[in-house]
Amino acid sequence: MKHYEVEILDAKTKDKLCFLDKVEPNATIGEIKSMFHKSHPQWYPARQSIRLDPKGKSLKDEDVLQHLPVGTTATFYFRDLGAQISWVTVFLTEYAGPLLIYLMFYFRVPFIYPPKYDFTTSKHWVVHLACMCHSFHYVKRLLETLFVHRFSHGTMPLRNIFKNCTYYWGFAAWMAYYINHPLYTPPTYGEQQVKMALIIFLFCQIGNFSIHIALRNLRPPGSKTRKIPYPTKNPFTWIFLLVSCPNYTYELGSWLGFTLMTQCLPVAFFTLVGFIQMTVWAKAKHRSYLKEFRDYPPLRSPILPFVL
Amino acid sequence: MSAPAMGTTKTAPNDGSHKKKKGPGTLATAYLVIYNVVMTAGWLVIAVGLVRAYLARGSYHGLYYSIEKPLKFFQTGALLEILHCAVGIVPSSVVLTGFQVMSRVFLTWAVTHSVREVQSEDSVLLFVVAWTITEIIRYSFYTFSLLNHLPYLIKWARYTFFIVLYPMGVTGELLTIYAALPYVQKTGLYSVTLPNKYNFSFDYYTFLILTMVSYIPLFPQLYFHMLRQRKKVLGHVEEYTKVE
Repeated sequence: MKHYEVEILDAKTKDKLCFLDKVEPNATIGEIKSMFHKSHPQWYPARQSIRLDPKGKSLKDEDVLQHLPVGTTATFYFRDLGAQISWVTVFLTEYAGPLLIYLMFYFRVPFIYPPKYDFTTSKHWVVHLACMCHSFHYVKRLLETLFVHRFSHGTMPLRNIFKNCTYYWGFAAWMAYYINHPLYTPPTYGEQQVKMALIIFLFCQIGNFSIHIALRNLRPPGSKTRKIPYPTKNPFTWIFLLVSCPNYTYELGSWLGFTLMTQCLPVAFFTLVGFIQMTVWAKAKHRSYLKEFRDYPPLRSPILPFVL
Repeated sequence: MSAPAMGTTKTAPNDGSHKKKKGPGTLATAYLVIYNVVMTAGWLVIAVGLVRAYLARGSYHGLYYSIEKPLKFFQTGALLEILHCAVGIVPSSVVLTGFQVMSRVFLTWAVTHSVREVQSEDSVLLFVVAWTITEIIRYSFYTFSLLNHLPYLIKWARYTFFIVLYPMGVTGELLTIYAALPYVQKTGLYSVTLPNKYNFSFDYYTFLILTMVSYIPLFPQLYFHMLRQRKKVLGHVEEYTKVE
């Protein structure tokens, strides 16, 4: 069995960082990253980007050495991705924030509203309903993060946690401030509007959860396989006929429901910003589906049926 | 972060020479030349207007009124530059350009125009003069660059005058916002209070204070970026004998 030699160069300076000899032909990039980590302990595997070309795409951990277009002396280029943090940690932190922050405003913790309102409760029942919906939404997200989602990547850059938390925590505080304010004005069309909004919200929460389960079931545990999602027996997944990322579609619907329920402009802004970001993600996912699968259903749009 | 000019490969004809043509196509170039010439002319009009008014009155006071209309017109016209980046005929970041233009438009309309009492302040003259000189140089720089005949003097001016003009403009801007504060607080200008149907509130007074505070982290970053650009662009002076 012929062994390979592997040299790793810095992608920017082209300095020789590491030389590995007697590497098995069936070694994976992941294993090579571990070996590289031994000689450079500050660069743990999650922050290594190994590529064939200094400006090329990162190789995957599962790629096998002998199947790559390299000679028996393989040259790889290394780029430091920076400090990394696990997706699970980021999700748990960014979702726990809104849950707790909203409740602080709901219970009118001191120093937010004038002192005479400390620890009082709103007289409007829609405010109580909104708190339940908002809390339910984030508890659902936390549970999905722990038990449902199967992540493709283990980590993301550390700076993302600050960016993401600012976004989620900031908007949660902004929305919660107005909804739980002593001077809050309930929706114009009263009970009718709130009931309608609740139906939309719950429908979309169930829808979103159904999609998350369907996506999880596409992927065996511990794997990173990608398959085309299709409608299942669950009617909430039939939207896959028309849309590539129905999880985002349902998420938009949930927040539209919450906006209608609270009739609060900051909620509308949050919904809009979220929609823009999810559209960007949906378009990218849709494009990558089209690239990867020749037989991808042509009727599907990224996020909004026929429209976007 | 800067967006490469993505629209170009569609406009440039494929003559099979494998030369990746960066930058706008011919039509876009013609449009941009016209745009930059018009803007140069506009800011020259403002400059001349300021000088004439000063000579006529014999004082710096209240010169804003003599150039109010062209200032509003040409500064607002700069919004087109955001479009240029978005469409791809100018290789700059939409976000960065948007931010820079919006801050100018904000000062012109949301502060100076909206709060009449500050229009006679000397701080207004300070930033108007800074903007005028900067823009005349900047737009002529772009014009000449597009025509591939950039006189070294213009390049030098573009990367040197900012050293004084930038702090001068920032000072004028900050003093003007500061002068507007009491009037905004008194009249509740652009502010929305609770309770209301959409459960929203906005305090323009606080917003202006936060804007002033934001200059603290932002100004040094932009200033040092320009200084670094200066070193990069003007640093190789010895190698330049004629313009490319």
